[in-house]
Amino acid sequence: MNIHEYQAKEILNAYGIPVPRGRVALTSDQVERACKEMGGRCVIKAQIYAGGRGKAGGVKLVHVPEQAQEFGKELFGKRLVTPQTGPEGLKVRRILVEEAVDIAREFYLSITLDRETSRYCLIASAEGGVDIEEVARKSPEKIHLFAIDPYTGLRPYQARKIALALGLTGSVCEDCVELILNLYRCCLEKDCQLVEINPLVVTKAGWLLAMDAKFTFDDNAVFRHREYPDMVDYSQLDPLEINAGKYDLAYIKLKGNIGCMVNGAGLAMATLDVLKEFGGEPANFLDVGGGATREKVAEAFKIILEDCDAKGVFVNIFGGIMRCDIIAQGIIEAAGEVKCILPIVVRMDGSKVEEGKKLLLDSGLNVQCADNLGDGAARIVKMLG
Amino acid sequence: MSILINKDSKILVQGITGRSGLFHTQQCRDYGSKIVAGVTPGRGGIHIEGIPVFNTVAEAVHYTHATVSMIFVPPPAAADAILEACDAGLDLAVCITEGIPIRDMVLARRYQEESRTRLVGPNCPGVITPGECKVGIMPGYIHRKGKIGVVSRSGTLTYEAVKQLTDSGLGQSTGVGIGGDPIIGMKFIDVLQLFNEDPDTEGVFMIGEIGGGAEEEAAFWIRDNMKKPVAAFIAGVTAPPGKRMGHAGAIITGGKGKAEDKIRTLEECGVTVATSPTRMGEAMLTALGGKG
Repeated sequence: MNIHEYQAKEILNAYGIPVPRGRVALTSDQVERACKEMGGRCVIKAQIYAGGRGKAGGVKLVHVPEQAQEFGKELFGKRLVTPQTGPEGLKVRRILVEEAVDIAREFYLSITLDRETSRYCLIASAEGGVDIEEVARKSPEKIHLFAIDPYTGLRPYQARKIALALGLTGSVCEDCVELILNLYRCCLEKDCQLVEINPLVVTKAGWLLAMDAKFTFDDNAVFRHREYPDMVDYSQLDPLEINAGKYDLAYIKLKGNIGCMVNGAGLAMATLDVLKEFGGEPANFLDVGGGATREKVAEAFKIILEDCDAKGVFVNIFGGIMRCDIIAQGIIEAAGEVKCILPIVVRMDGSKVEEGKKLLLDSGLNVQCADNLGDGAARIVKMLG
Repeated sequence: MSILINKDSKILVQGITGRSGLFHTQQCRDYGSKIVAGVTPGRGGIHIEGIPVFNTVAEAVHYTHATVSMIFVPPPAAADAILEACDAGLDLAVCITEGIPIRDMVLARRYQEESRTRLVGPNCPGVITPGECKVGIMPGYIHRKGKIGVVSRSGTLTYEAVKQLTDSGLGQSTGVGIGGDPIIGMKFIDVLQLFNEDPDTEGVFMIGEIGGGAEEEAAFWIRDNMKKPVAAFIAGVTAPPGKRMGHAGAIITGGKGKAEDKIRTLEECGVTVATSPTRMGEAMLTALGGKG
């Protein structure tokens, strides 16, 4: 789960991590007023769920309130396209207006989970404000990594080693130690998968400031944080993906015309692979969960059909213990409810396969049953010919 | 022979009184697994389906000498259940639960690493030794007793692979679903090592996915240590990039995670990689023919 930069900064601030003075604006008049409040010279930052905003024209330094208002007018409602958004871009509905800061040095700092050690890992680099993956690729020696032992937590001396490695000295170094310790506390207490400050800066006046921040909360820990669902900006998400989320379905919109419903992420990916191999283009990735239930199958079906790009549907359910006649009933009910006339190919495996197939073939739907994965992919591609 | 579990394994079920816990307990018992105890805090003393229920794992072990736990405890308490299984000194804990918070798993994994207990999962289908014992949620009927070890990060894709193996006349010695979570107990290499030493396993089929660097690690280990033929499939060749992998996450693994890179590395290390998910059984036959 992602949140906006301004929300991330509010959390950092609550953990004693200094951030620039700023205001969130919902209209261009508010942008103007906020700019006045900051004393004229300020940075206008579009709030979208993606990085790379600067190059896409979503960030601008302005000097007078009129200029701020004008840029606000230009930004609101605009779709920003960055390397992380996809070609359709993301709409700007909130703008962060921040005091301009004179920067002396920029760093990168983050805490995230390291799969290899099964521990949280602190990542720091003196190359801040740039694409950190690029730095990791080109000059890995500039990246400092440290896996944190959950028994001891992050210790001050460990944070100090990192601060020194960044080249900080004196009181700024000690400020940085405290900041790193606070960031770790924040990461744990807020159940983050990623907390990232990029750049962390030292101002010309010698203060540390988190200039940009990104949080990704651990979706599995939302039950411990009742406030999280309210922090989501649904305007930043695909409506079909939101709907899928409500029913605990993993849905990702793709570019093709074959709607897909599969149980299990691995099998779902393999199904996309096999469709492409047979010359088809999937319209979506949809995982109804390993143990597909009738209700989930029905909801998934509706979501696929709401996507107007889908011209046919391929269902691949390896139910195993789940009974195929029940899955078939779910498909028939959902297809009936949304009056589906699209061609459907169903590949099911599990108990009562024959009963399930018979139900489908007798249902009056435009449906074919496949014997296996390859057969199913070949059939749907042919039907859409 | 087999790895991890066999017909004599005594199994306890943590979370036996829950809906899916009970359902799968029955399924496993019907398959032939020896379920000797259940554990649900506060329900100790009752019997469910004729199986005695205890308040703690230690108590269940004391009275039944169980050595394997199957965990169905809901996410908020699941990491605690793993810790309890390790603390009771079991040989193996298989955690089926999906959705355990990262922070909880970091701690549970740290404790488990220093214990004598092996952990499979979480968020996995479990372990099966066909014809003998099933500790998990996979359908038993697709399996057949035989000589191929199966190890997988995936759930239902494993069923697809196993079905293809069985249809190709290749039975399985043991199937291990290690789970797809970022933090898991046994990794590919841990399982491959056991298959390598198991006299009744003649080849291994491995199922991987995009993300992380586990498949590459396994590939290098296979090149340097594996005495038996290995075939593999990697799902996600055509998956759109970057949906799940955070920026910083990709750094740690050195930018690894793409299917093409994994496939190339596996092939370079002598693994036969199935070019399509429809040809997994074929790939295993090829691998056996080549080295057998």
